[in-house]
Parts: sequence; C-alpha cells; structure tokens
Amino acid sequence: MYTQALNNNSDAADRTIEDAAHTTAFQARIDAEARIEPNDWMPAAYRKTLVRQISQHAHSEIVGMLPEGNWITRAPSLRRKVALLAKVQDECGHGLYLYAAAETLGASREELVDAMLAGKAKYSSIFNYPTLTWADIGVIGWLVDGAAIMNQIPLCRCSYGPYARAMIRVCKEESFHQRQGYEIMLTLCRGSAAQKAMAQDALNRWWWPVLMMFGPPDQASQHGDASTKWKIKRFSNDELRQKFVDATVPQAQYLGLSIPDPGMTQDEEGHWRHGAIDWSEFKQVLAGNGPCNRDRLAARRKAHDDGAWVREAAAAYAEKRKFRQAAQAAE
Amino acid sequence: MTAPSISVSETPLVLYTLRRADDALILGHRLSEWCGHAPMLEEDMALSNMALDLLGQARTFYTYAAAVEGNGNDEDKLAYLRDVRQYRNLLLAELPNGDFAHTMVRQFFYSAFADLYWRAMMTSSDATLAAIAAKSEKESAYHLRHSSEWIVRLGDGTEESHVRAQRAIDDLWAFTGEMFAVDDSERGLIEAGIAADPAALRPAWLGTITAVASEATLVLPGNDWMQQGGRSGRHSEHLGHLLSELQSMQRTFPGATW
Ligand SMILES: [Fe+2]
Ligand SMILES: [Fe+2]
Repeated sequence: MYTQALNNNSDAADRTIEDAAHTTAFQARIDAEARIEPNDWMPAAYRKTLVRQISQHAHSEIVGMLPEGNWITRAPSLRRKVALLAKVQDECGHGLYLYAAAETLGASREELVDAMLAGKAKYSSIFNYPTLTWADIGVIGWLVDGAAIMNQIPLCRCSYGPYARAMIRVCKEESFHQRQGYEIMLTLCRGSAAQKAMAQDALNRWWWPVLMMFGPPDQASQHGDASTKWKIKRFSNDELRQKFVDATVPQAQYLGLSIPDPGMTQDEEGHWRHGAIDWSEFKQVLAGNGPCNRDRLAARRKAHDDGAWVREAAAAYAEKRKFRQAAQAAE
Repeated sequence: MTAPSISVSETPLVLYTLRRADDALILGHRLSEWCGHAPMLEEDMALSNMALDLLGQARTFYTYAAAVEGNGNDEDKLAYLRDVRQYRNLLLAELPNGDFAHTMVRQFFYSAFADLYWRAMMTSSDATLAAIAAKSEKESAYHLRHSSEWIVRLGDGTEESHVRAQRAIDDLWAFTGEMFAVDDSERGLIEAGIAADPAALRPAWLGTITAVASEATLVLPGNDWMQQGGRSGRHSEHLGHLLSELQSMQRTFPGATW
C-alpha cells in the first residue's frame, strides 16, 4: 500500500534519488517479464501512457458499437440479428472491462468519458466510416475485429496486469466475432451476383481504413520507444500491419474477392507487400474530418445527455435508501 | 422486385403460437433499438440481454408455428414476409421506446404478465409449448426484477424522474388490458388445456403492479378503457414503420440466403 504521505520532511532531492532507485527496480521487473499490479510503484509516465492507451481502447469499443448498431434493426435474418446484437453487446462489455482497468490506475470512468465526449480523447479512426450495406457488417467482423486481434494478442502479455488480463478475455470474444464476420462474407460470396458485388464493394471501401488501424508508419510513430521499453507494445505498427496483410490476403482469395490494391505484390519470402497508404486521409479522420466523426460524437453525446436524468434518479434513490437504512439502524 | 408476403393458415394453434412469437420479436426489436444509446453502459448491456432473450423466444415460437402449420414456412418467412395486417402482437409491444421511463414501464407491465403467464403455461398439455414456457419464465423473472427495480428508482428518485415515470404509466395503462383478453380461437385451446387463461392471471398481475407502484410512490390510473386490436392485426401506426425497417433486406432481395 501507499506510504508516501507519511514522510513530510523528505525534500525534493531525496525524492528524486528515491525515484531513480524505484525506476531502476521497476525496469528490472519489466525486463524479467514480471507483471506490474495496481498497488506497485510505477513511473508517472508509465501510468499516464497506460491510462491514455486503455481509455482510448475503451472509447473505441463504445464508439465502435455505433456503426454495427446501425444494422441491428435491419439484419437480414433472425439468426443474424441475434448474433449481431450479441456482438455489439460484447463490444460494450469490452468497453466496461477496459474502463475498469483504467480505473485501477486512478482514473475515473466519468472523467475519461467526459474527455471523449468533449472531443479531447481519441478513439480508433476506423469507426468514423459509415456502414452502408449489410456486407459492411461482414467486413467489419472479418477485418476490423481481425485487425483488433492482431493488435491485442501481444497486449495479453502487456506488463500491466489488469490490462493484460482484460485483453485475454477480450481476445477470445474478438476471434469469435472475426469468424462470424468471415462467415457472413462467405455466405455473401456464395450467394447471388448482387450479394457478391455487395461483398466486394464493402471490401473496397474498408480495406485502406483497416490498414490505417495499425497507426502511422514506424518512423513517424510518437509513442513507440517508451511503450516498447515498458513492454506495453511488443511489435511495431508496420510489423503488425504486415502480419495482418499476410493473414488476410489468402482469406480474400478463398472468398474470391480482390484486394483493392493494384500495386500489391508477393515478395520472395511470401509476404504480401501493400501499396502506399494515403496517410493524408488518416490525418484528416484523426483531425475530426472523417465521414462520420460528427455523427459518432453526436450520438454518444445524445445518449449521455438524454440519460442524465436517469443517472441522477439512480443516484438520488441510492442516497435516499442509504439515509433510510441508517435511520432504521439508529432506531 | 420486392418479395411478396406469404399467406399463413392460421389454425388456432398456429395463430396462438404466432401471437407469442410476434410479441417477443416486436418487443425484442424495440429493446434492441437502445443498443449503443442507453443512459449508461450497464443499461446497454441489460437492455440487450432482455432483447436477446425475447428474440430467442421469438425464434423458437416461429419455428414451432411453422412446424405446426406444415406449409414450408420457416422462422424467417414468418418474421420477414408478413405485412402489418398479418402481425398478431400486443399493441403494447410495438409502441415506440419513448424515454427510458416509457421503455421500462412497458417492460414492467409486460414482464409482470409474462412471468405469471409462462409459469401457468409450464403445465400446458402441449409439450413443446410447455418447454418454451419453462425457459421463457426464467427469462421473464429477470426482466421483471430488472424493470421493477427501475420503476422504484425512477418513481422515488428525483422530481423529474418521478414525473416521467408517472407519465409513462398514464400513457401505457390503456395498453395493458389486451394481455388478458381471450377470443374464440384461444378459448378452445384454453378448454383443451393447451393454453393458459390470461384473464385468471389479472388479479395476481395487478397485485405485483400495485406493490411496485406503491413502493415507487407512483399511482395507477383509475380509467379502465383498454385499447385492443393487435391480436387481430389492427395495429397502431408505429408497427408499419418498424416492419419496413425490420423486413427491408428480405423484401429487397427475394429468396436470398444471408
Ligand atoms: Fe471489442
Ligand atoms: Fe469485436
């Protein structure tokens, strides 16, 4: 537990020496693949990096409910409707675990959500694209959940215990979502010409934004170094992107769909090399200019604002009940 | 090209089963509209859970209705290819979500009934219906608990939540009578021990409703005029819009597999 408040006399210099010793011991534990737990000492920058990453991840799960939620009421069969609703509900559950993981670092869900609603916190750029047809639901499961898995599997070994454990649980569900998405694509590709065209069109629209999910190319990435040293990040953006492309190309071939990248080639080692990514589009989406940024934030703000009276009622009732129970106990 | 509606031979047992399937599908669909938009993440989870339970019930009822009818229909044809006049759900189920108080009061009125009804149906002489009832009863018991807790929180929460909860009760009260109505088609099934008599459950339902409302400091309306029509396909204007959304894919792509 914390004891730092007991020693009021220690001056700043003492604390710096102490911090240096802590930092060395901390890094030694990381290097030995030990897990850092909430009550362990950790550098302020480590804490800050994790809160930022975990909360962005949580916001992504929650905002990510919207594009797929757009098809719950229109899913083409009862089986698909149930599966889609359960999937979107899983994403909400992921958001909840992740906010809880961020709270172990001293952040509060409320302030994290407020920052997101104020447009001050980021979430994954991919959710700023629209779901126009049913095939988009297939592509999102197959590729967006697929890319999320590539990013998240290494996080199951992240140095911070609560985040790593949340990821183990999340990854199991994400791989189920990915199989479900691929199965939607398979059904479309084995269906009518119109269904196959719908599948190809969805792949055309989502392919490049999905590649951007792995973040900027390695030389431009801001947080790479410290996160790597702390074993929060174990692979570079480009490494993960390459793994994803290599896994996905054969899946597209099996579906009989073509990847919308005329410049794609396979090198001698068998890696599929994609063409140049339009990073100016990525920058625009991050800056708030994607096709759906405004709609996504507006929807989350509306839910939050419309729900304010409900949350207030729940709090007021809990308060009254506590008061009544105390009064009863006093009698 | 749009897919035309199917025709269904509504023998008493087919009609009975379709009515229960339609209640579950339409109410489940309404609850699913909240997903991503609820007042708190915990309610996104809970409303989705209830929707999933109801959609699951709908699927088993439709499958059974199709089997009893024996005309080559299936769950999706029954759900996606009947028009508004062929739908047999309670009016209560199709009413728009409104605010969170309306959604919870609608759920509370329905679940307080469904819980009693499925318990009574567990002794149906029709083994399939009895089995579906046993599963549905467990689910509706949870729906009743969850919605009752919210009725109390909202009624006894803030001034605003109290006003909203009372307004929802006043608005929805006239749609509760249809749950207890019995027509000739269903009368025969009740006499044969296949269906439970909902009218017999009204006193117990009223007991539950009254107890929760009183804990919530809410008042039940005195008027007893009740709206009806859903069971025979005379719906509110809302259902047509719901169906045009629900059915859009199946209507646009006739015969496609998804
Ligand atoms: Fe997720
Ligand atoms: Fe997922």
